[in-house]
Amino acid sequence: MHGLINRSLQCFLRDTYSHDTWSRIADTAQLGFDGFEAMLTYEDALTFAVLDAATARLARSRESILEDLGTYLVSHPNVEPLRRLLRFGGVTFVEFLHSLDDLQGRGRLAVPDLDLPALELLEHTPDRFTLHCRSPHPGLGFVAVGILRAMADDYGALAMLEHQGSRDGTELIAIDLLDQSHAEGRRFELALGSTQ
Amino acid sequence: MMDGSTQLDSLSIDPAAVGFLMPMHLVVSPTGHIRSVGPTMMKVCRDARVIGQRFLELFELRRPRNVVTMAELVQGGAVRLSLALRMPPKTSFKGIAVPLGPGQGMLINLSFGIALGDAVRDHHLSDSDFAPTDLTVEMLYLSEAKTVVLDELHRLNQRLQGARKVAETLALTDAVTGLSNRRAMGIALDRMARTGTPFSVMTIDLDFFKQVNDTLGHAAGDFVLYQVARILCAATRGSDTAARIGGDEFVLIFPNLTDEFMLCSIAHRILSRLEEPMSFDGNPCRISASIGTTMSTQYAKADPEQMLNDADRALYASKRRGRRQVTAFTADLDQMPET
Repeated sequence: MHGLINRSLQCFLRDTYSHDTWSRIADTAQLGFDGFEAMLTYEDALTFAVLDAATARLARSRESILEDLGTYLVSHPNVEPLRRLLRFGGVTFVEFLHSLDDLQGRGRLAVPDLDLPALELLEHTPDRFTLHCRSPHPGLGFVAVGILRAMADDYGALAMLEHQGSRDGTELIAIDLLDQSHAEGRRFELALGSTQ
Repeated sequence: MMDGSTQLDSLSIDPAAVGFLMPMHLVVSPTGHIRSVGPTMMKVCRDARVIGQRFLELFELRRPRNVVTMAELVQGGAVRLSLALRMPPKTSFKGIAVPLGPGQGMLINLSFGIALGDAVRDHHLSDSDFAPTDLTVEMLYLSEAKTVVLDELHRLNQRLQGARKVAETLALTDAVTGLSNRRAMGIALDRMARTGTPFSVMTIDLDFFKQVNDTLGHAAGDFVLYQVARILCAATRGSDTAARIGGDEFVLIFPNLTDEFMLCSIAHRILSRLEEPMSFDGNPCRISASIGTTMSTQYAKADPEQMLNDADRALYASKRRGRRQVTAFTADLDQMPET
């Protein structure tokens, strides 16, 4: 799996728990090195070894760890650039949801060998959606739930999210938008370094 | 033949719709006065009084050059433009001007050029200021994503560079003494020969080192080697090379030193320092050394291998003469009487 994904997992464990927790998980997973490099590619098995080690060490389900990883990716100051890149998706939360169809392409535009899951948004009513998440690696749908939850907060929207399991290798996520402008939301200046 | 009923001869469009399609457009009258502007252009000009101003007073036209009046532009048909705001922050634009018809002036559509990041920041623009067909936001996304990726690559390169330096140093260092190893010595000698730098070579073989190892153990032996290394470092300059090339064999290389008297006095100083008693865990360790030297100026063409051999021959002459000696290589060395 791409180093960016592995590195995200590593930073999540380090920043949310501790450096020591990460080191122990890396030892259990028998990585054989201190940490992942974001710009290298690793065997998929290593990623799952880290996840298994984290599940055991933190005594939490793999699903809840993946969901927290998603939330971390949007809300932690150490990964602010990623939040900004996601916010380029649209002015409102609904626009952002629709931009998810392009996420895989946007990812490739930035890092050609980055294989993000293929996402597809189905709109049932203006405030009810289902997100289809298709990837060779089951479980990324839970990361998507965490990202969506944090992005809803970021936009100031109130949304109910539910992972509804998978069908034919596609994970389904139900999105109920209760209030598009529930709270203030965080600012997003289009140009980096704007002060206003 | 084209079907006349589907051919469009003229197009009438609500000015507000033009604003949606081209938020950065301006309509300029035949006299050169601005008649209307799109919503984003209004923001960029920061001044509602822009309506009625002369286009060429607001903007400096860079291409096409030498256009002074609007009439000259209108005559040209559709024209590509390059221009900039005359007032700060002097934002530059690319654009196109098309004539609107007889007596109607021109429709000019502008976009930010390659410096769009600055423009978006300077004018506090957001997504909704751009038409959905405009790729400005995608450009900004790409530029930011590229920066993130490049920063990450830059950090990776720095880590690799650091690791490479450490690995290189380790590959050229003797682990016991921290001196250069045989490889590093070879590199230094080759460099000297290649650049034609005059230099001297000194080979040193410790005497009585085996006894220290045999009676006090390897820890004492390593301690002695480390002390020898300190003595050799103290006796040499930063540009000299001090290498350990075998169990108790050392080589010193002195670039730009070909004064035999000086070389001999360095060798004797090293010899007397090595003979000072050392103490390991309260046990005295006494060693000495046999030394041989040679200088590149003694050869028509300095060959590192030849010089190492000759320095060794001088060293063995020191051994033959009862050790604790310094011998400088000469061509008739082997005929010298033994003492």
